[in-house]
Amino acid sequence: MNYQLQINNITKSYGDLKANDDVSLNIKPSSIHALLGENGAGKSTLVKVIYGSLLPDRGEMKWLGKSYSPKNPFDAREQGIAMVFQHFSLFESLTVEENIVLGLDGVRLDENFTEKIIKYSKQYGLDINPHQVVGDLSVGARQRVEIIRCLMQNPKLLIMDEPTSVLTPQEVSDLFITLRKLADDGCSILYISHKLEEVRQICSEATILRGGKLVENCIPQEHTQQELAEMMIGKKLIQLARSNINSGEDIFSINNLSRKSDDMFGVDLKSISLSVMKGSIVGIAGVAGNGQDELMELLIGEITSPPGTLSFKGNDIGNLNSHQRRELSMFFIPEERLGHGAVPDMGLNENMLLSRPQKSEMTSYGVIDWQNVETLTQKVISDFDVQTFSTKMLAKSLSGGNLQKFMVGRELIQNPELLIVAQPTWGVDAGSANNIHQALIALADQGSAILIISQDLDEILSLCEQIHVLSEGSLSTAVDMTNKGLEKISQLMVGSED
Amino acid sequence: MNEGLLIDIIIGISIASVPLIFAAIGELLVERSGVLNLGVEGMMIVGALLGFVVQFHTGNPFLAVLAALLGGMAIASIFAFLTQFLLTNQVATGLALTLFGLGFSAFVGRGYTEETIQLITSVHIPILSDIPYVGPLLFSYNPLVYLAFFMVYLVWWFLFKTKQGLVLRAIGDNHDAAHAIGHKVIRYRVMAILFGGAMAGIGGAFLSLVQVPIWGEDMTAGRGWIALGLVVFSSWQPFRIIFGAILFGGITILQLHAQGFDIRISAQYLSMLPYLATIIILVSLRMRLKNKTNRTVPNCLGRIFHSTT
Repeated sequence: MNYQLQINNITKSYGDLKANDDVSLNIKPSSIHALLGENGAGKSTLVKVIYGSLLPDRGEMKWLGKSYSPKNPFDAREQGIAMVFQHFSLFESLTVEENIVLGLDGVRLDENFTEKIIKYSKQYGLDINPHQVVGDLSVGARQRVEIIRCLMQNPKLLIMDEPTSVLTPQEVSDLFITLRKLADDGCSILYISHKLEEVRQICSEATILRGGKLVENCIPQEHTQQELAEMMIGKKLIQLARSNINSGEDIFSINNLSRKSDDMFGVDLKSISLSVMKGSIVGIAGVAGNGQDELMELLIGEITSPPGTLSFKGNDIGNLNSHQRRELSMFFIPEERLGHGAVPDMGLNENMLLSRPQKSEMTSYGVIDWQNVETLTQKVISDFDVQTFSTKMLAKSLSGGNLQKFMVGRELIQNPELLIVAQPTWGVDAGSANNIHQALIALADQGSAILIISQDLDEILSLCEQIHVLSEGSLSTAVDMTNKGLEKISQLMVGSED
Repeated sequence: MNEGLLIDIIIGISIASVPLIFAAIGELLVERSGVLNLGVEGMMIVGALLGFVVQFHTGNPFLAVLAALLGGMAIASIFAFLTQFLLTNQVATGLALTLFGLGFSAFVGRGYTEETIQLITSVHIPILSDIPYVGPLLFSYNPLVYLAFFMVYLVWWFLFKTKQGLVLRAIGDNHDAAHAIGHKVIRYRVMAILFGGAMAGIGGAFLSLVQVPIWGEDMTAGRGWIALGLVVFSSWQPFRIIFGAILFGGITILQLHAQGFDIRISAQYLSMLPYLATIIILVSLRMRLKNKTNRTVPNCLGRIFHSTT
């Protein structure tokens, strides 16, 4: 068998931690090969070794039959290996064509080059305008820029690090069409993802890593989603079930809330109403960009709302700020982890303190009780299995999934009476997502109310007993799940209900 | 007003603006790469001193300018080493550089305060320099004046017409992304800082070699700070540096002449004008940027780059 890329017994350690321990994998020509694993399983390390940003301690690679040991990304690119990064490596203030030329060596920006970009964009159905400034583009369009930048190097292997985590369903299906076309043209793809359903849909092979070791090479279609997930985490997934649905009276309600968006790409919210009962989990489903961000800002209190539109425990809370809302035992987990949910350049312990109400057990007369902060941060880290060396690690140095676990834990140990959470498991692997879901259910079982805003429909379906759909700024009434509920939700999500 | 006086005023303004152009165009390139060097004043004064000292001892203007250029670079290299390799805070390091430069030049220059030198002479181009009005206005300057304007063009050409200029702008916009695709962030920044030092050095030397034939402690008199303001004023666009420098330089000259015309306005009011203009431009920049991608201020300006891989 002629393999495109052969990786034999790669080992890479950081101190005592073996990030890759004797990992081997082979990529066939024209195949879409999945690399699966939990956060910290060693996927990123392996990819960095392939792309030349890390040198392995041991092991060897063969590329197109020849020995291959790249010293830096330039080396890798020269040999025909390209990579689309999870956090895009684009320059916001530059135009699309400037961004693309920066990733290519020995090429000048001129009219021929611009024409070539247009040619590639047509050939692979990647719709972009070379003269636009990248900062003005949507996330999906930015990814298209990255992909074109890679394609123009005529790669024989394209590495994609969680490419769909930020895309809308429509963008995902467009991306898949492009990827299939690429594979047909002879470019193999190494596809890193948490989303097992997508992997089963598009990948012809899968390699699963766990704790830095190779667990299994398999064909994803031969396994169910659950089997794949269990191989990744090395244990059985716990079935989600409410033990105690004991909904009481309404604790939180939104009444005819409208908002004109002040962003040119924003969505106006139109007369939104909803109520949440004690002990219940309410979900707001919908495709990203239909008003979720605008709604979340109002719920958190980043922006105040008119009297009578928001009420919690009988208080009119519309004009309260986030801190005042927290004092009433309303807690939040925003979608954007770095910047909204946590201060990137502060330690976990400091971030722990920041989402606490003014008066809490962590301070006495305004002076911080570091001992207590340390204890509570430790508790969150161990209860929610946050992978970190110490409580003082900077928030930005944690991987996305890890930080999410920390943020969920941070809010949950405050025993909120109402928790409002956006995308609770975004970028989190199957095992940890399972833990987060369980924790949310346990919270509701205790009698707390939870409002979840998520694009992940499976998540909403498995957790919520009351589901609304947000579409173009309007919120549907609760969907009756007993009668063709799923079909109804899908119609509402794409906005074609009638 | 007679024509001779008008020509004198215009020439005066051009001469006054040249040190600012040199220092500002250097700093513009530095800031485009994402580095904020507040040490311009310090690099200028060292350039002024070294230019003067070498001219005094050798009488060779070429060597004098070269010494100023290298002196500015030497001081800048301290900044580059501290901020790029030891990752010190750029604001604090830049301020320290200014204080160091002022103190160092005052100390070394003690023995020269009584001395005078031969000024660098202006060019005289046969025929061209003799054309009435046009000759004195365009073709009778000191060579360094032409160099200043040429450097502005050169920096513009480098930033917007070459691939390396594009890389430099990209590094200033997002150093992590530039590093990820394999560009040498620190190498580019060190080069930019050294260029900035060289330009500030020549700008300083222009004061002691062309404007006045003497050395005086603190003779840069805050021009380094004005140059920093000019970079903001220009919103990081090279050619606007010339416009700004003429505005700032012009006000200095007009102050002198205003007294002669019996215009009753305090010199202090005129001195405020350039700073007022800078603030107005900063505010209007921000207004224009509302809801739009920032394409003016380099995003990584002043941020420390630390490569993790």
